[in-house]
Amino acid sequence: MRHTISILVENKPGVLARISSLFSARGFNIDSLAVGETEQRDISRMTIVVKGDEKILEQVMKQLNKLIDVIKVIDFVEQPHLERDLVLIKVNAGKGKRSEVLEIVDIFRAKIVDVASNTVIVEMTGDEEKILALVNMLKPFGIKEMVRTGIVAMGRG
Amino acid sequence: MKLTGAQIFVESLIKEKVEIMFGIPGGALLPTFDVLYGAPIKFILARHEQGAAHMADGYARATGKVGVCIATSGPGATNLTTGLATANMDSIPIVAFTGQVATHLVGNDAFQEADTTGVTRSITKYNYLVKDIKELASTIKEAFCIARTGRPGPVLIDLPVDVQRASCEFVYPREVDIRSYKPKYDGHPQQIKKAVEMIKESERPVIYAGGGIIISGASEELREMAKITQIPVTLTLMGMGAFPQDSELFLGMLGMHGTYFANQAIQNSDLIIAIGARFDDRITGRLDGFAPKAKIIHVDIDPTSISKNVKVDIPIVGDAKNVIKEMNKLLSKLGPRNIEKRKKWQKQISAWKKENPLTYKKDDKLRPQYVVEKIYEVTKGKAIITTEVGQNQMWAQQFYKYNYPRHFITSGGLGTMGYGFPAAIGAKLGKPEKIVFDIAGDGSIQMNIQEMATAVNNKVGVKVAILNNGYLGMVRQWQQLFYKKRYSATDLTANPDFVKIAEAYGASGIRVTKKDEAEGALRKAISTDGPVILDFLVEREENVFPMVPAGARLDEVIRGLA
Repeated sequence: MRHTISILVENKPGVLARISSLFSARGFNIDSLAVGETEQRDISRMTIVVKGDEKILEQVMKQLNKLIDVIKVIDFVEQPHLERDLVLIKVNAGKGKRSEVLEIVDIFRAKIVDVASNTVIVEMTGDEEKILALVNMLKPFGIKEMVRTGIVAMGRG
Repeated sequence: MKLTGAQIFVESLIKEKVEIMFGIPGGALLPTFDVLYGAPIKFILARHEQGAAHMADGYARATGKVGVCIATSGPGATNLTTGLATANMDSIPIVAFTGQVATHLVGNDAFQEADTTGVTRSITKYNYLVKDIKELASTIKEAFCIARTGRPGPVLIDLPVDVQRASCEFVYPREVDIRSYKPKYDGHPQQIKKAVEMIKESERPVIYAGGGIIISGASEELREMAKITQIPVTLTLMGMGAFPQDSELFLGMLGMHGTYFANQAIQNSDLIIAIGARFDDRITGRLDGFAPKAKIIHVDIDPTSISKNVKVDIPIVGDAKNVIKEMNKLLSKLGPRNIEKRKKWQKQISAWKKENPLTYKKDDKLRPQYVVEKIYEVTKGKAIITTEVGQNQMWAQQFYKYNYPRHFITSGGLGTMGYGFPAAIGAKLGKPEKIVFDIAGDGSIQMNIQEMATAVNNKVGVKVAILNNGYLGMVRQWQQLFYKKRYSATDLTANPDFVKIAEAYGASGIRVTKKDEAEGALRKAISTDGPVILDFLVEREENVFPMVPAGARLDEVIRGLA
């Protein structure tokens, strides 16, 4: 099952290594990872998306809580929350195709942020599903490059 | 007043009441060793950093205090790692200091540089690289606090040489407040109540206790619990000494080389009360066949230990001593009727005990088990015993009766050969009034034999009893039982003359080849000042039994060879 885990940590060197090694030591691949400062400068929030065996994941959650630099761990599986990911896609958009690409971008309420003679860069924010849908639509034109920030999540209310 | 980093280091250790430290100097530690020269902290110069770490560990286990060791950057630090991993697995409080190259060189592949915090991250409870002199004092304070609280463990501080030379105002913090680190000592009252209720209902309960009892000093409370409930007690290797072995209720150790009756009791129990133990694979055997009829109460200070291997019915997170105390208050109200219904269970256990006691072949040959029994006799069970790892460790556990906590010192989790001898030196320095024996194998002893120089140098009168069978015995035993006697790379007949080795270091050596010489030799060793090696040439192919093969159920036991 897919889990979105939000971890509040001390903003210190070595913390990321401690956390990622908990996953890697158990053979878990991290699907996405986003880190940034919170409203308090000395605290960072990591949002990690992983899939894996529930029992092992339960153990990883306990181990995360045990880490001295970890202040709080939330598994969003258990509560209503928002997820957002930002994607930049460089897609082929030569003369005959450009208007078709623009149409799709429009429908998804995405943005064109860069234009070159044969390509455009599309920027969009959304959850996993929306991003996959956009990617699928743009694939036939030829995606040259894609980059994602990784999912960030926040509890509702 | 401004102090240098090196001075702050020493002053902080004094504030932490550190009396002794173990280590080896080096280029990246010169400023610190200059201040240590003449400081009121006893410094024990080891001959290898691994030895220094094990000495700090043995000292910590024997005294209950934090052990301190120090090594230089690069190879000094990497040599410490086995000692740190050993302490980490067994929850032993150590604060280790390592020198580091100057901060502007960190990450540059400088001479004697290793990424020490990177290398030790997964084998310490926590570690630090101090880059700012202003953080040194508070870091040391935090390190000692983290090492000794909660589930204890080793903490490492990496100290660049320029930080040792820099200076700042010295203020040692009074208190530590780490917002993300709040160990939980008191068990949840509701959970405790539920546990007592479950104990009340049980007819075939067993207490399974481990090293947590020793760490939290809960032996008295454990004894009380067994007494008021009349529930039998089995201990893990790490728990030896936590419960008196001459008690009727004692079942011995459980697991791979546990007693037949402890394993039978576990397999047939309807309730396991696990306290300060972690259901390690050497304990459970095949997991899906472990204690099939039992409900499980698990008391541990470390929530990650609970329901890790075995699903638990009632988890209680807390310190063993506190939780048992609270449980005892409720248990003592249950009254004699509660004990009455377990009479049948006790009879069954007595029958198992009679059926299959721990034993070995008693003839006129010099057998390793006999040597251990003799050590028990001549020390009247009051010595501190350390062990190496392998057959020697199991025999030391099986045939010496441990009646007091902190008297059996062994590398349980990591299984570190070469641990026992330096640990014995550390234990003896912490408890000089005690007789300290390292029960060793001829393989293990050679992994840290250089520390004999440390023992002689500091007049540390530890006694080493080598159960010398000319083999890496435990591996040979597995090869005999499971690999058709193909003794691949386990023959040590090219061993050196251990008596001469002892003498070359300036210690004493005694060789024992006959059964009737053993007792006299042991008495002579004890009355000799200074370190002694006893080289017992024992039966070469003696095996450790009973044995539950790896991956088998606890009741699928090999009791001995026909």
